[in-house]
Order: sequence, then structure tokens, then C-alpha cells
Amino acid sequence: MTFDKIVFGIALVALLAAGAANAAEYEVVQKNKAFSPKELNIKVGDTVKFTNEDNFFHNVFSLSDLKTFDLGSYPKGEFKSVTFDKAGKVEVECAIHPSMLMIINVQ
Amino acid sequence: MKLKGDKLARNLLLASVVALGACATTAQSEQEQRLVFEAGHPSLQYWLLPDKPPYPKDNEPTAERIALGKQLFFDPRLSRDGNISCASCHNPMLGWSDGLPTGRGFRGALLGRASPTVINTAYNSIQMWDGRKKDLEDQAIGPMEASVEMNTDFDQMFRFLRNNEGYRTAFAKAYPGEEINKETIAKAIASYERTVISNDSPFDRWIKGDKSAMTEQQVRGFKVFVDPDKGNCEICHSAPNFTDNGFHNIGLASVDGGKGDPGRFAHKPIKILKGAFKTPTLRDITLTAPYFHDGSAKTLMEVVEHYVKGGEVKENLSPNIKPLHLTQQEKEDLVAFMEALTTDHEPVTLPKLPLK
Ligand code: HEC
Ligand code: HEC
Ligand SMILES: [Cu+2]
Repeated sequence: MTFDKIVFGIALVALLAAGAANAAEYEVVQKNKAFSPKELNIKVGDTVKFTNEDNFFHNVFSLSDLKTFDLGSYPKGEFKSVTFDKAGKVEVECAIHPSMLMIINVQ
Repeated sequence: MKLKGDKLARNLLLASVVALGACATTAQSEQEQRLVFEAGHPSLQYWLLPDKPPYPKDNEPTAERIALGKQLFFDPRLSRDGNISCASCHNPMLGWSDGLPTGRGFRGALLGRASPTVINTAYNSIQMWDGRKKDLEDQAIGPMEASVEMNTDFDQMFRFLRNNEGYRTAFAKAYPGEEINKETIAKAIASYERTVISNDSPFDRWIKGDKSAMTEQQVRGFKVFVDPDKGNCEICHSAPNFTDNGFHNIGLASVDGGKGDPGRFAHKPIKILKGAFKTPTLRDITLTAPYFHDGSAKTLMEVVEHYVKGGEVKENLSPNIKPLHLTQQEKEDLVAFMEALTTDHEPVTLPKLPLK
């Protein structure tokens, strides 16, 4: 691959990422039985990916009025993503470990 | 366009923050993997409990509160028939449990679940097998309200307490200016429960540096307990109170994948919680047989065999439960290790209950 092509490739990826309905992607990690960050501000249409970095399974769910989902549970290194399509506050939890809690403010 | 640029920058910033965080925590967990199994080694100190358990701001334990709570805990007159106290099911002579597979309550009613020990509940961040109570204050009135447990007639109980000079004085000293009501009763009982603690077992002494506190076999059992490729018990029975305050379906036959007792699922309808129960502490575990919330395991070896099998029922089983590859020696080591988690307590003294 030539240098030109690489640059073009990167530009294309960036364009696609940005172009996807003007959406950004954020990462939240689950590590040492806690979400990090604990609070996140995003915009409508943005996507958050939840990555497990502990040596055991975690779950990700929300029963918030704004958005309910249950991503099941998955081991270290794996992630699942959620796109937030309405403005408001979403509480995200791990069903296995109730002290794991975070807030996403969708603006 | 500018907006997109902003977002990208924000993202990059976030990514680097996340990456930094990951570095710091990876180092920490690598350190955990580099445990040195020697008495008193610094890498093991995270197993020691804090000296005093936490308490809510508005209920600092005082000698008066603890003394009152102890009276209430042991007083059967709080129940409708005047014959069941907290200590009937959480009996200090039976490891603050009752020795039964599942509890027996009002006029012998058979309860659906085992009476858990009260020992070290003060260190836990959530109460009950299904986590339906958040702390000890929140929990304490529940057994009086439950028709199958103490089935308390509250009018009768408040009349008794408010007309009893001994209790009136004790409440006035413990909670000056406050009424005798559910809240002060709960606070006093919780204060007493915060004194029911196990933190001086052979294991604790060994962690603090006493080489002779645990046998070689028990040290081997400890290694099996924490080794992800052997027992892998620590991921749930984690330091320092041998619980993650979490909920897991460990595949008990009676739970039947959640078709039996739904456990935590009744309070949080998330699929993984069907048949999931709270990880109990293992401190003082030799005092509280039979084991599991259904009392289905009579001995610690039966418990170990359950885990070796990877559970009886695989449906909706916690993904953290897998069949284990342990030799007979390793199983015995594991049991020996759990036997090192019991504190040699001073006998519990009983309170004098005020007759009038
Ligand atoms: C008839 C038996 C019985 C009586 C009486 C009783 N309990 Fe319990 N207790 C139980 C059972 C059974 C559970 C578990 C129930 C569940 O999780 O669904 C329990 C749970 C608890 C827990 C939670 C422990 C943990 O690890 O989650 C505490 C604390 C507790 N009881 C304290 C008390 C107090 C205080 C009283 C008196 C006011 C009392 N109990 C009276 C049987 C009893
Ligand atoms: C996936 C999490 C998990 C793992 C891994 C795990 N446990 Fe447990 N353990 C639990 C839960 C949850 C319970 C209560 C289950 C119930 O009664 O429904 C429990 C119960 C117990 C009990 C009975 C305690 C009591 O008071 O009744 C013992 C003993 C025990 N486990 C030991 C072990 C040992 C030894 C290992 C490793 C071989 C282990 N556990 C691995 C979650 C786990
Ligand atoms: Cu979790």
C-alpha cells in the first residue's frame, strides 16, 4: 500500500465515522468491578461501547425510562455497543455486581 | 464541520484517558497475579478486613445503642406469640444461623430459604439472598413484618416497649429525644449487628505474619482458591469478606435454571439473574452448615464437589461457573483452607431483658 492510499484510507474511516449521522463513539470500560468513566456526556445519535477488562464476566443493562437494554454478559476483552437515540439521562448497571453503576447524559 | 472536529477531539481525549486508566489498573491486576504465598507478605494484605465496619452517618454505634440492640435482638417478646427472636434463627450457638436447611418461623412455618449468618453482614453492601434490602437498618424490621417469621403485632409490640421502664430508659440513652419507633428499633439492632464480627481467624493471623497460623495444606488450599486455573473461587468470594456482593446462578438442583426460586430476578428482571443468589461470606463457614440458600450441601466437601461438577443444572448458569480440574488432594486442600476462616470467638454473653 502506498502512502497516499493509507492517508486516503484513514481519511475515509474518519469521514465514515463522523459521517455516520454525525455520530461519535465512546468507550466505557468495566474494570475492578467498576465502570470507568462513572459519568459520560454524549449527544443524541452517539454510540457507547462497553468493554469488559476484568478476568470475569460482567453484564451491562439499563432499565431507565429513556432506554432499556440488556447486553447479556461477556468476558474480558469483549465489548458490545449501544446507540442512544433520545435525549435524557440513562443509568447503566451491571446486574451481577449491583455496586457497578454509571450515568450517561444524552444531550 | 467544526462540531465534528470538536467531537473527534473529545473522543481522542477520552480515548487517551481511558487508555491511561487501563494502564494503571492493568498494573494493579498484574500485581494481584504476582501474589506471594508467604505469611505476612505485602501482596496479600488486601485480604484484611477494615478494623471497624462502615455505618451510616446518622447511626454512629455507641455503647448504649449496641446494648439496646443486643436486648432487642435476643428478645422474643417482639414477635406476635412472644416466642421468636432474631436469635431464634440467627443463633450465636449455631454460628448466628440455625443449623437447618431452611428456616422455621411463626408456629413452625417452613421458610423457603436458609437463615444466613449475621457474622460480618456489617461489611456487606447489600443484604438478603436476593439483595432486596440495602443495609442492616433497612433489613431489621422485615422479619417482624413477615407473617411467616416473627409476625409481629406492632401495636402490641410498641405498647410493650413504651410501657416497659427498662426499654424506655435504654431508648432514651441510645437515641435521646427520639421516639420508640421502627426507625430507632432498626438502628439499635443494626448497631448491635455491627459488633458481630469475624476477623481473627487463622487465615487473618497468617496474612498478618504468623507463619504457624495455617498449616501447609491450608496454604496450598488458599492457592487453589485464588488460582484462576484451579478453584477460581476468588472471582466471586473476593477480598476481604469473601464476597463480591454480587449475584450468581451457581446451578443448584432446586433452582432448576430459575424455574425454581427465581432469586434476584424477582427484584431485577434481567435474564442473567434468574436463579441468581448473593455470594455469601465464607468467614466462620465451619459454623454454619448446611450450605447454600436451600441448605442442600451438608459439608464443605459436598460444596467443593458441586463446583468441580460445574453445577447440577446448566440452564442460565453463571458463565463464571465451569467444571474444575482438581485432584482429590486439591479438593481436600480447599476444604482445609476454608476451615482456616473461622475465628475462635469469645463466648457470647447474653443480655438481661427488662421485665418491666
Ligand atoms: C424465622 C427465622 C428468622 C428470624 C426470626 C429472623 N431471621 Fe433474619 N433471616 C432469615 C432468613 C431465612 C433470611 C434470608 C431470607 C432471604 O434472603 O430471602 C434472613 C436474612 C437476614 C439478614 C441478611 C443476611 C445476609 O447475609 O444477607 C439479616 C441481617 C438478618 N436476617 C437479621 C435478622 C434480624 C435483625 C432479625 C430480628 C429482627 C431476624 N433476622 C429474624 C431468618 C430469620
Ligand atoms: C460465580 C461465582 C462463584 C464462584 C466462582 C464460586 N462461588 Fe461459592 N458461592 C457463590 C454463590 C452465589 C453462593 C450462594 C449460592 C446459593 O446458595 O444459591 C455460593 C456459596 C458457597 C458456599 C456456601 C456458603 C453458605 O454459607 O451457604 C461455599 C462454602 C462456597 N460457595 C465455596 C466456594 C468455593 C470453594 C469456590 C471455588 C471452588 C466457590 N465457592 C466458587 C458464588 C460463587
Ligand atoms: Cu459486574
